[in-house]
Amino acid sequence: MNKGHAKILRLVEVLGEVKGRKKLQKIVYICKKMQVDFEERFQFHMYGPYSEELTLRVDELCSYGLMEEERESKGVIETYRYSLNDVGKDFLRFHNVELGAGETLIQRLDQENSRFLELVSTILFFENLPYEEMLVKIFTLKSKQRYTEEEVQRGIAFIDECKQITV
Amino acid sequence: MYEPIMLDEEKVFKDPVHRYVHVRSALIWDLIDSPEFQRLRRIKQLGTSFFTFHGGEHSRFNHSLGVYEIMRRILETFEGRAKLSNEEKLLCLCAALLHDVGHGPFSHSFEKVFRFDHEDWTKEIIMGDTKINSILRTVSDDFPRKVAEVISKTYENKLIVSLISSQIDADRMDYLLRDAYYTGVHYGNFDIERILRVMRPTEEGIVIKASGMHAVEDYIMSRYQMYWQVYFHPVTRSGEVVLRKIFQRAKELFDQGYDFGIDPVNFHPFFTDQISLHDYISLDETVVYFYMHQWRHEKDAILSDLCSRFLDRNLLQYVEYNPRQFRTENEIRQLFAEAGIDSNYYVEVDSTSDLPYDYYRPEKDQERISIMLVKPNGEQAELSTMSDIVESVCGKRRFDYKLFYPADLLEALPIEQARKIKERLKVVMSDE
Repeated sequence: MNKGHAKILRLVEVLGEVKGRKKLQKIVYICKKMQVDFEERFQFHMYGPYSEELTLRVDELCSYGLMEEERESKGVIETYRYSLNDVGKDFLRFHNVELGAGETLIQRLDQENSRFLELVSTILFFENLPYEEMLVKIFTLKSKQRYTEEEVQRGIAFIDECKQITV
Repeated sequence: MYEPIMLDEEKVFKDPVHRYVHVRSALIWDLIDSPEFQRLRRIKQLGTSFFTFHGGEHSRFNHSLGVYEIMRRILETFEGRAKLSNEEKLLCLCAALLHDVGHGPFSHSFEKVFRFDHEDWTKEIIMGDTKINSILRTVSDDFPRKVAEVISKTYENKLIVSLISSQIDADRMDYLLRDAYYTGVHYGNFDIERILRVMRPTEEGIVIKASGMHAVEDYIMSRYQMYWQVYFHPVTRSGEVVLRKIFQRAKELFDQGYDFGIDPVNFHPFFTDQISLHDYISLDETVVYFYMHQWRHEKDAILSDLCSRFLDRNLLQYVEYNPRQFRTENEIRQLFAEAGIDSNYYVEVDSTSDLPYDYYRPEKDQERISIMLVKPNGEQAELSTMSDIVESVCGKRRFDYKLFYPADLLEALPIEQARKIKERLKVVMSDE
């Protein structure tokens, strides 16, 4: 356990509760792309950029009782909610971690749903490609999500908004 | 349509794991000959595992050839079953051969300290101004990009991607067999011939004929054993800790303007985070060893001591660590500091974990592609639903924490100082 774990705990503390690992993954990735100091490395997976290291850190925090994981079932759909407990708060105070302007960004990102954050993080992952090629990548690799070009445009505008927050 | 250029006669490499590695394509032969690929001879596959298993000195060159050979055999099995063009087959072979080309010296330690990802460098080497890039371009201008996309899992053909990156892929099959062979352990072995015979292609990836389930069970359990018995061995991890501390110390001294006996020019780009492709390719383990030999004679006592520890295998000792004991860890650090031992360089908590196998769990965002078995009637079933053995390890992540410390320096302390630290070392592993 180290500062990297403490930063994840701080993110959860800022939000009070995180609904779903996918959302957590996308928030951390977008923050990282906006120069917020998270350490996890990301690669492209089924839902876009994904960090096995982040999954591992969340598992560690839950396994050692620094973070609570609650499973919620709605029919066939299951989601996990994450929140801090007293040991986690103690750990966080001990490491004294703050994320600066990143904390405002985290709160803004949390207002969006996972599907949109998945699109935004995918746009960021392919940001070095020309626009047309990026569209092809999104429509091919994310065909099941059926994103439209308007959504991609909204995603690009949202990225500009995020950049303003962390300037 | 692309027509592959074949060598006049097949070339073979003798290989202790696969017996022979067969090369027929002129392009593959040229890639193996490229300086960027030959560099892999100077990067060990298992990092610091040789401290524990003295046979584990094999290189990423051996492994990369092995992954290529497994891919070649998979494509033979798929002949007539998968709709792959000549160019796509070559794409599979190139991606298999080059998947590790971006690894640096002692990758895991190096990447942790200097905070980069070798996969980004793999992409750079394939796409940048390199011999490998110029060879790949002989197929087509966009062929290097396709190879890079397969390796980074952004290529549109899921079958091709899954052959390199999934829970049963050419990469894993080679490293388990190869690492078991070279370290001299038996539990890494499994029946690869059987697995290759029962693999079948689908649009979404590979499936395994149900009759081959027991061979796959063996593969999963081999992987489980190899991780805990070989890859995560505490002595190996102690070697990695010392290595990380060497890099950290050298960087800190550089940042302070320290006057090194020999200027570590090869490290400058890494210390200043301005790394060019040429800088990256120029660094391999022979260069790192050169500096370690120089640094063991440096006047900085910490750098000198750490290098001697690494070169002479005088590593750090360890105790189990309970992560809830973070305050005790801090006390230990303070006690060492009071004794004049810099805990930033001599006390370290290292964690590791493994998830042997998991099925696809979208709700947990595990993102693992399940191994699917295909029954004689054509129905598919996820592996853990048919195998009790796999079910017993499925989704079960195991963690291991260790606190590393210098036992020899501790023993040299005055009795009372040493006693206090030893007492806290007992507490740090407890559940209190």
